[in-house]
Amino acid sequence: MGPLINALPGSVAQGLIWGILAIGVYITYKVLDYADLTVDGSLATGGAVAVICITGGMNPYLAVAMAFGAGMLAGLVTGLFHTAFGIPPILSGILTQLGLYSVNMRILGKSNQAVSVDQYELLVSLRYIQEACITAGICCLVITLILYWFFGTELGAAVRATGCNQNMARAQGINTNTQKVLGLVISNGLVGVSGALYAQYQGSADVNMGRGAIVIGLAAVIIGEVVFGKIFHNFALRMLAAVIGAIIYFIVIAIVLQLGLSTNDLKLFSALIVALFLAIPYLKGRYFASTARKGGRADA
Amino acid sequence: MLKIEQVYKTFNPGTINEKRALNGINLVLNEGDFVTVIGGNGAGKSTILNMIAGVYPVDQGRILIDEIDVTKLPEHKRAKYLGRVFQDPMTGTAANMNIEENLAIAARRGKKRFLGWGITGKEKEEYQERLKALDLGLETRMTAKVGLLSGGQRQALTLLMASLEKPKLLLLDEHTAALDPKTAKKVLDLTEEIVNKDHLTTLMITHNMKDAIRLGNRLIMMHEGRVIFDVAGEEKKCLKVPDLLAKFEEASGGEFSNDRMMLS
Repeated sequence: MGPLINALPGSVAQGLIWGILAIGVYITYKVLDYADLTVDGSLATGGAVAVICITGGMNPYLAVAMAFGAGMLAGLVTGLFHTAFGIPPILSGILTQLGLYSVNMRILGKSNQAVSVDQYELLVSLRYIQEACITAGICCLVITLILYWFFGTELGAAVRATGCNQNMARAQGINTNTQKVLGLVISNGLVGVSGALYAQYQGSADVNMGRGAIVIGLAAVIIGEVVFGKIFHNFALRMLAAVIGAIIYFIVIAIVLQLGLSTNDLKLFSALIVALFLAIPYLKGRYFASTARKGGRADA
Repeated sequence: MLKIEQVYKTFNPGTINEKRALNGINLVLNEGDFVTVIGGNGAGKSTILNMIAGVYPVDQGRILIDEIDVTKLPEHKRAKYLGRVFQDPMTGTAANMNIEENLAIAARRGKKRFLGWGITGKEKEEYQERLKALDLGLETRMTAKVGLLSGGQRQALTLLMASLEKPKLLLLDEHTAALDPKTAKKVLDLTEEIVNKDHLTTLMITHNMKDAIRLGNRLIMMHEGRVIFDVAGEEKKCLKVPDLLAKFEEASGGEFSNDRMMLS
C-alpha cells in the first residue's frame, strides 16, 4: 500500500491538469454531441507552444494564454473542415490531429523539448506536487465558473441548442455551423491549456504527449457521469464531475500499475475501460428495450 | 405576404430515385390568410413548406416573404420571418433543455445572440403567463427538461415558441399527425386560438379533410407538385369531404382511392 499512497498526490495533480482537457471534451462530446479527435493533436500543440514560449523567456501565464490561443486555432481548423467543407466530424478531427503532428514538430524543432523547473519559472511541476494540485484545481474551478456563465448566455444557449437539436436550432434562427465552430474553438483552447500545464508538470513537451488524450478525456467524462450523474444535475457540477472523473482515472491507473500492469499495456487498458463504459448504456438500453417494448409508448 | 413563383424542385436528379417534388408551383398568400393544404402522399406538400423555410435550395423560381426575396437565404436567416411546427414532436424543441430555456431561445429568433443573459427574470414571469394560457399545467414545470413532456405537450410548446415572436408566416407541417385523436384535437384548438389571436398568416398541411375544411379561410389541394384546387371564403365553407374526394379522383385518375387520406 505504501507506494500507492505515495503515488496518490501525483495522480490527483495529473487528474486536475487533465481535468481541464476533460472539461474541453465535455463541451464537444456532451454539449455539442461532436466526437472531436483534434484533442490528441491540440494537447501537444498547447504543450509545445507553452514550452517554447517559456524557454524563450516569456512569462508562464502568458505562455499558457498563447497555448490557449493555439488550441483555439486547432479547433477552428477542425470546425471549418466540418462546416465549410462538409467533412464528417470524426474525420475532420483526425485530419487536424494528423496535420498538427507536423505543426508541433515545427514548433518544437525536435520531438522533445525539456523545460526545467530549476531554470524557468513554471506554474506547475511534479517537483512540487501540492502546489501543482492547488494551481490546477484553481484553474479547473475558474474555467468551470466561466463556462457556467457562458452557457447561460444567449450565445451559450445557442451552442447547447445546436448540440441538442439542429433542426430546432435552425428553425429558431441559430446558425448551427457557427455554433459548432465556436464550441470546437473553446474546447480545443482548453485542451491547449491542459497541454501547457501538463508539459510544465512533467518538465518537457513531446510531440507524442497527446497520443490517446481523447480516450483519457472520454474516460474522465464517462466516469464522472457514471459516478455523479444521478446526483449532479447542475451544469457546473457536471463539468466538475468530468474533472473528478479524470482524477479517478489517474488513481485507477496508479493502482493497476502497482498491481503489476506494464506501462506498455496502459493504453490497451484505457481503451478497453472506455469501450466498456461506452457499451454499458447501449447494452442496458437494449436489455430494457426488449422487455419494455411490449408495453408500447406511455406518452402520446 | 407570401409569394411563390414558378418553383421547381427535383430530388436525386439523374438517378433511379429521381423525384420531381415541385413542378412550377405558384402560390400567393395574403396577409392574414389561414390556408389548409391537402394532397396525397408525394404531392409536394411538405416540400413546399421546407422550400419556404429554406431547408433545401430551390432548383428554379422565387420565394418572397413580405416582398423580401428569401430564395437564396439560408434556413437560419429566414427563421426570423417564420414560425414552424413539425410533424414529429421531437423536432421542434430541444429535449435536453428545459421549458423556459426553449422559450427564451424562441424569443430571440431573428435577433443577434451575444453575451446577454440567455433568459431574464422578467422573461420567466412572462413565459409563465403564456404557459398558463395553454392550460396544460406546464407553468408549474418551467425548469423541467422538455424531453420529459408528452408529444402533445411538446407540440403545444412548439406552437407557443413559433408564435412567441409574432412570425410573418406560420408553417404547420401535419403537426397533429403523430398525436392521438384527443390530443390532436386539443393542439388543433390551440392552433386556431393562437392564429386567430394574432391574425397570423398560416400555411397548415393536414391529412384530415374535415380539419382542412373546418379550419382557415382558404384551402388548397396539391397534386404532383402543383396546386390543383384553390378555394376560399364562402365556397370553402360549403365544401364537403366528398367534394374534395371527387376533386382528387378527377386530378389523379382514381389512384387516390388507395391513399391514406381516405381514412379521414
